[in-house]
This record gives sequence, structure tokens and C-alpha cells, in this order.
Amino acid sequence: MNSLVAIAYVPDTETRIKVAADGKSLDETDVKWIVSPYDEYALEEAIRAKEAAGAGNVTVVTVGPERGKTGLRECLARGADDAVWVDSGDSRYLDALATAKAIAAVARDAKLDFVWFGQKGVGYDESLVGPMVAELLDLPHVGSVVKLEIAPGKVTAHRELEGAHEVVESSLPVVLTAQKGLNDPRYASLKGIMGAKKKPIVEKKLALLGIPEADPAGSKTRWRKLELPAPREKCHMIPADDPAAAAKELVRLLREEAKVL
Amino acid sequence: MKFLVFIEQRDGKIRKASLEALALARRLAGGPVAAVLPGKGVAPLAAALGKSGAGVVYVADRDDLGLYSNKGYVGALSAAAERESPDAVLIAATAMGKDVAPRFAARRDVSVLADVMDLKLEDGRLVGSRPVYSGKARAEVDCGAATLQIATTRPNVFPAERDESAADARVEALNLPDVTPRARVLRVEASESKELDVSEADVIVSGGRGIKGAENWPLIRDLQQALGAALGASRAVVDAGWIDHQYQVGQTGKVVSPTLYVACGISGAIQHLAGMGTSKVIVAINKDPEAPIFKVANYGIVGDIFQIVPEVAKAVRAAKAE
Repeated sequence: MNSLVAIAYVPDTETRIKVAADGKSLDETDVKWIVSPYDEYALEEAIRAKEAAGAGNVTVVTVGPERGKTGLRECLARGADDAVWVDSGDSRYLDALATAKAIAAVARDAKLDFVWFGQKGVGYDESLVGPMVAELLDLPHVGSVVKLEIAPGKVTAHRELEGAHEVVESSLPVVLTAQKGLNDPRYASLKGIMGAKKKPIVEKKLALLGIPEADPAGSKTRWRKLELPAPREKCHMIPADDPAAAAKELVRLLREEAKVL
Repeated sequence: MKFLVFIEQRDGKIRKASLEALALARRLAGGPVAAVLPGKGVAPLAAALGKSGAGVVYVADRDDLGLYSNKGYVGALSAAAERESPDAVLIAATAMGKDVAPRFAARRDVSVLADVMDLKLEDGRLVGSRPVYSGKARAEVDCGAATLQIATTRPNVFPAERDESAADARVEALNLPDVTPRARVLRVEASESKELDVSEADVIVSGGRGIKGAENWPLIRDLQQALGAALGASRAVVDAGWIDHQYQVGQTGKVVSPTLYVACGISGAIQHLAGMGTSKVIVAINKDPEAPIFKVANYGIVGDIFQIVPEVAKAVRAAKAE
């Protein structure tokens, strides 16, 4: 089973976010970067598919600045076979469509059964790139997969909806996006970490894939401003010496002040 | 400015999130807009969308759209867009909307203002505001020079006003080719509980590690039922196996924006705050006065949830009985 797993290298969820001097991008000083957590489920499932089949290859790909190579190394240590880094050059912000075009260009060159994504990257949180790649490659896709069964030439995927699961059967190759619950990702072993150093990372330039670098005149989405949320008002603490009285006071405030009951 | 709004229905009922998107489009357009309604047996639902802002509804009522497929549903949206030539397309950011929007956008060689919590017009261009970096910042975004602008709207954020005096929408049938999707829904399995999902709820009561064990959910359920709310949970209790992942609110669970969020025994780890920080009113009940949840809460009670929560349930029932 051959898989391409696309990863997003994003600020650690514990990182404090600061706005850069331009007022519209992230101040990257002191930011710790991680492989987006959902991508770990995607990678794990791709490795399991290969192991179950007893043959195949798992390639990881990321699009962005050079730091993404650190993320690729982590994936190689966990069990991916090789990696592709698409250098986004000077583009500080690459929108979902441009990212999807780069990944689709990499996928087109390979013979694949699966193209995997996390159901969202925890940076821009858009959940766009996976289905866009499917459209660009004219492949079926199933999003937000929590369970996968592989049979010859097809898969049955359980996908999470609001209060329900959809059970979807798809032909191969297929684009899948991984949701939490799909599996428990493995950690990299010491042997894996040592071995990862010898595995190849192929470098590609955005322009060579035929994708124009993000151009302010281009017809794509842009960030105009990045803002931190206004601090919420100070919490109104209700004394709890008498639980019944505290509960009554809370309900009164919710009714009369907040007007939500 | 011409808008087209994608309308989603489930089990013969129009989704509230779609009505929110439709009402938003009407507000922005300053008058009735176009809508597209795919599904099986959906034609009778179309005319009444006039009350929510539709002037015309393109209906794709077909047997092969009875179960969702992105091929079929994106096909219906594309056909309606062909007929209407909209400047902007709005889609509710539900599970289905998140499936439809990016495929449709890629087909039209544009991107999407995804999951916006605010949307306005500036010189005929959409400007959206959306949470980024786990909800820790907000980005103001636009579509550059794209001739087709697409946005998905976060459910439960925009009001779904109705105008009871508005005329019925004009209904136009779409002619579509037969669809044989390569990814085919075999069946939809409702959660055993059949209960309201957190992502659709106006009021949510959530439990965290403070409940001490899976056997104590009745404590939280009692308040949940008193409020007519949905049940939520923190990552800690999901990871501990005390409840299924479908209840999880937070970064690796569901992102919610209810009117009222009641956090019981939840400390408020950043990954939880990322999922519920945009709630309109937040109540926190926790024994630790230093818990970060109190930094985002509007109302807080420091105390033992086993004493406080039943009293709150009692007070809610008393207030509702008045």
C-alpha cells in the first residue's frame, strides 16, 4: 500500500501567539513548531496500511519554509520511508489552494493508493487542503475518518458527522483526512530516530511545480490583519459558602444580567 | 452583489446552520438571494426558504442524492452556480459544508474564507474574520482579486432571522447528469443516544476530570437535562475512556460557540479553551480558584461540583417552572 501523507508544521498549541510588526502575520520568535496533531493519526494509519499489506511505501510531504524539514524528520523516525519538502520560498502566507496545488503536483508523480491529511491543521484551522487536492487530482475523498477497513481495491471509512457516523465505501486511490479516534499514533523509537537520518528528503521549489508564488495581485485569499482577542471581562465570582444560595444567584444572573435563560 | 447559498437538509429538515448562512447573505445583499437545495424529496422544502432570505431556490431533487456524495452535491452546487453566476457563495461550515466547499472552490480555482465568525462587505468584497492558531488569534481575511468569493460560516454564530411576510421563493429545478460516486455512503449510523450534538447546541454542559469517574456522569446529566442542553466533555475524560470522543469539546474535539457554556470540573487547558472560548456566556464551576477556566468565564463558582451542580440543576428547574 503506497501512501502520501501531507503534514502541516504549525505552532505548538501551547505556544503564546504574538502578532508581528506588520499587523497581519505571526511573530515567529520563540515559537515552537510541531507536526499538526491530526497529521499524526494520518501518518500512523498510512504506516499500518503498509504493514498490514506487507509491502508499500509511505512518503511524507510538507509545503512551507525550511523548518518543515524538522517535522519531516520526525515522521521519518516514526516510520515513513521518504519525504518531500516543497520550499515555499519567500511566500510568507500560502493559501489553501496554492498549498493544495503543490501537494497535488507531488502526488501526480507517484503511484499511490492513499493520499492522507489530518482533518485540519491547527495553525490556520481551515480544513481545506485535503478535499482541494482530491478535486485537483480528480479522486474521491472521505473527510474526518475515525475508522478504516481496507479490502482489495476499496476501503470502507467511517466518517464523523454531527451526532452521527457516515459509513462510506470508496474505490482506490482515495484522499482521506484523519480525525481523532482513528488510532493511537506510535512514538518514534531510538532505532527509528537513528534510521531517519539516513532517509532521503527530496527538495522541490514551488515555481518548478508550476505554482506561482503567492502574489498580492493573485486571485487568492489573503490575511489583512491578525489580532489577539480582546480580553474577556473579569469573571464574576459567586461566593459558594451556601451551595443552594450560590446556585440561585447564578441562575438569577444568567436570567437577568446575561439574559441567556 | 449576487449571492448563492448552499442549503443542507437532513431527514427532511433544513439545517439551522444553513438558514443562518441564508439570512446572512440576505443581510449583506440587502434583499433576497439565490439558494441551492440538493437531496431526495426536498422539493417541498424549497418555497418556504423565501422566509429566510431566498428569492430563488435551485432544487436538485433526485434519488441518487438521497445519501450524501461530494460528487453529487458539489455537482448540484456547480450547476446552480452556472445558472446564477454568483459573485459570492456561502456555505455553513458543518461536516457536509466542510466537504463541499473546498472541492467546489478548487474546481473554480479559488480558495475559501473558512469557518468565518464575522462577515461584512467592503466595496463589494467579502471580508471575513476567523479564528486561527487554536482560537488564540483572529485573522481578517479576504479573497484578493478572485471573481468568485466563497465563505463557510460557523454554525450558531449568525442569527437566522425570518421574515414571515416575505414571499415564497421561486423554485427552479436543476437538470443534473446521473451520479455514480466513487466514494459512496453505504449508511448513516446515528449515535446510539440520538441526543443533541454539541456542535449544534445553544446550551452545553460539560464535565471534566473533576467528575472523578465515568460513574458520575448522572451528576452532569442532571444539569444538562434541566437546561435542555447538550453534553460535552474535556479531553482528559475522553482520553481516560470515561466517555466517547464525539462529546469532546476542544482543539482535538469539536469547536463550539453556544449561547451558554457551563464547565463543571474542567480546569480549562488551552486545548479546551480553543474549542469553547467563543461561547457567548461561560459559567465555570471548579474547586480550584486558580483554574484557567475562570480567566475566560463570565460567572464562576469555586466549590465542589458534587455539592454545587445539583443545586444549580434544582435552581434552573425552579426558575423554569415560574
